[in-house]
Amino acid sequence: MPTAIEIFKHLPKKNCGDCKYPTCLAFAMQLANNKAKLDDCPHLSEAGRNALARSSAPPIRLVKVGAGGDAVEMGDETELYRHDKRFFHPTAFALRISDDLSDRDADARVEHARSLRYERVGQTLKMDLLELECRSGSPEKFLRFVTRVAAACDWPLVLRCSDPAAMSAAAEAVKERRPLLHPADGEDLEAMAGVAKACGCPLVLADAELGKLADLVERTRKAGVEDLVLDPRPDNLKELLERCTIIRRSAIRKTFRGLGYPIYVSVPAGKDGMLMASTAVMKYGSLLAFEELPASNALPLMVLRQNIYTDPQVPIQVKPDLYPINNPGPDSPLLFTTNFSLTYFTVMSDLEKSKVPVWLQVVDTEGLSVLTAYSAGKLTAESVKAALDASGAKESARTGTLVIPGMVARMSVKLKEATGLEIIVGPKESSALPKFLRS
Amino acid sequence: MEVPVPKERWTGSIGEMELGGSEEKGGSRSPLRLGGNRGLPFLSFEDPERRTVALAGFVADSLEDVPGPVRKAFGEAVNDPVSWAKDWTARGADLICLHLTSTNPEEGDASPESAADTVMAVLKAVRAPLIVYGSGHEEKDAKVMERVGERARGERLLLGHAEEGGYKSVAAAAMANGHSVIGFSNLDINLAKQIVILLTDFGVGRKDVVLDPLMAALGMGLEYSYSVNERIRTSALAGDSVLQVPIICDCTSAWKARESTDDVPHAGDTLERGIWWEGTTALAALLSGADILVLGHPGSMDIARKAVDGLRGDA
Ligand code: B12
Ligand code: SF4
Repeated sequence: MPTAIEIFKHLPKKNCGDCKYPTCLAFAMQLANNKAKLDDCPHLSEAGRNALARSSAPPIRLVKVGAGGDAVEMGDETELYRHDKRFFHPTAFALRISDDLSDRDADARVEHARSLRYERVGQTLKMDLLELECRSGSPEKFLRFVTRVAAACDWPLVLRCSDPAAMSAAAEAVKERRPLLHPADGEDLEAMAGVAKACGCPLVLADAELGKLADLVERTRKAGVEDLVLDPRPDNLKELLERCTIIRRSAIRKTFRGLGYPIYVSVPAGKDGMLMASTAVMKYGSLLAFEELPASNALPLMVLRQNIYTDPQVPIQVKPDLYPINNPGPDSPLLFTTNFSLTYFTVMSDLEKSKVPVWLQVVDTEGLSVLTAYSAGKLTAESVKAALDASGAKESARTGTLVIPGMVARMSVKLKEATGLEIIVGPKESSALPKFLRS
Repeated sequence: MEVPVPKERWTGSIGEMELGGSEEKGGSRSPLRLGGNRGLPFLSFEDPERRTVALAGFVADSLEDVPGPVRKAFGEAVNDPVSWAKDWTARGADLICLHLTSTNPEEGDASPESAADTVMAVLKAVRAPLIVYGSGHEEKDAKVMERVGERARGERLLLGHAEEGGYKSVAAAAMANGHSVIGFSNLDINLAKQIVILLTDFGVGRKDVVLDPLMAALGMGLEYSYSVNERIRTSALAGDSVLQVPIICDCTSAWKARESTDDVPHAGDTLERGIWWEGTTALAALLSGADILVLGHPGSMDIARKAVDGLRGDA
């Protein structure tokens, strides 16, 4: 948001009070603090409205690909360093499939993309889009391919094709899906922008020189397309890191509109590709299109994305409560753990593996792991007792014992005093729980 | 169109330091120069000078804590720290990170003298500078470090590690014999400052301190480490002189994250995944400010090397 004075310059200066503020200046001050809406002033000129809308736009435009529930949102980031607040829109992952493949091979790639899906700490990690590439050079073939894959898979799409005529036919066929079109570079810019405009699709502009990229942005916006994504075409890690950093910084630090858009990166196969992808996840990449993504690389990459995009102020947590696992009864053992998602899900999966019916009391430690919570004074005899009382655990589990994490054996005596339960010190690692519970 | 060059206005720089003692200084190796950075990692438009990032190979003198895939990768060599260290240098390690775990009173309880023998043997066998850790047992480490420090005088070891609770013995062992020290702190920028202040107040020179802010592995708190490292580095560059020291990140913790090697459906070959788990942890350390990485698996070292070369524009 611009300052109150900058806003004031564009207001009608009638001081009529129709906005419910006594003066235009008072209204400007409310606007600057996000406490009023531009529309509250009925006398604003068209020129004034446009100027204000532009200057109050976010430094990086929010661009949506796809339609409906699983549409991918990217951009609208406000930070260079995640610790200053957080990163908002996790890097989207697309697997590339080209139209020179047989139907069978293409289907297998769609299946592969779907199979890269993991449940982790209560969230689903997965691929987000398919990128459909024209390699055949034949508009008919590309159109048939896009229509076929689009019918088989309802994910958001990227269409990658450098021939405007072929792109036009394919984009027209799937335009309700709001695919992202790639690429528009120097030569065919106007033609591609025309396709994007006609189909109402977002468009990727590509150039290795950032100055030229900013020129492309200006030309495309003049042609009436605003939903843009930038492909700075890095060939190696250094170019990737530096170009992405310059784009992000000039948008955030200098409010430079020419580069205020999400970033697209094409990821080659092999080790280099995996390093580029990981770097882009940490350093401002919005959408990665993978030539290949082997299963052994997918999980580390998706966990990295999950880590980098969590809110630094709020660890991922589960609800503190008493959880029945494997259908426990009154004679089943009672155990406790913390409400840090990683801790809870690790312990829970080990308990499920054991097949032994148990009660698991999750203690509110504000999302901290066992040792961290203990060191921070958030996992105490009192907090465990409070959790057991709140959930009525002692009514459900009647053995009169409590199994505690081996790492906090030190708590035993105090816990016994506080809860009146016999304390059994469990293993340090929950992976040893199945064996422990069976004996 | 002209793109505004968005340089951050840094006023500070990371202090320069040397690891490994040259012959002139009573040692027997070619020293490794670290630090000097004036901008965030690998941004040549901010800091045109090319910097060293050193990759250290993990070696231990007992196998208690060594992850299975790491043992396998080195075969027989893991039974002898000297062969293990040689193997690492043949694979391009810049440094050796030697853990004297055999000295742990609860396990082998090897004597300080025999630990020092191991250190001297490794020093003799390789030209690379050495990082040396004890077993993590506070009282025993004090004796081990004292003896190791004396025997390796002049070799300018990097001794690990000094913690807020007990830093004096390691610091003394370093100061008396011209070695440097790792100041360890727990994922917190203020604790990081605290340990540097404690060490320098005690008499250790700023050029003799490397900071270990605890590199949590991928999926095990990497997000905390990434941001703590980044905050330490940006504060240093913004002029906080206490934090203007190189950073060391031990990435071997990746093998302790169960997801790195557990059987997970659709997550591919476990060894390949484990290597990337450590490699990805290493890359996060590099981009957030690490000057030294400690790596366990040779495959991860290859990845880290590729990353460093690529980010420097050498690849
Ligand atoms: C990430 C991390 C943090 C993060 C917090 C992450 C979080 N949300 O919890 C941050 C940066 C905030 C942090 C802070 C601190 N941390 Co911290 N942290 C870690 C780290 C690197 C990983 C912790 C983790 O996620 N573990 C994974 C989970 C799954 O482990 P877990 O909860 O213990 O669960 C396992 C077992 O306990 C067991 N288990 C769990 N439940 C149950 C139940 C039963 C019945 C059984 C039998 C077993 C069982 O099975 C699980 C899987 O094996 C560890 C070091 C390490 N590598 O372990 C240090 C560590 C835990 N932290 C430590 C400390 C001291 C702190 C601080 C006090 C330091 C400080 N800065 O002041 C603060 C306190 C926090 C505060 N004041 O807010 C110390 C604890 C020392 C000790 N031995 O008591 C550790 C061990 C680091 C160290 N080596 O010094 N930390
Ligand atoms: S309604 Fe518009 S013109 Fe009237 S006081 Fe408010 S801002 Fe000024």
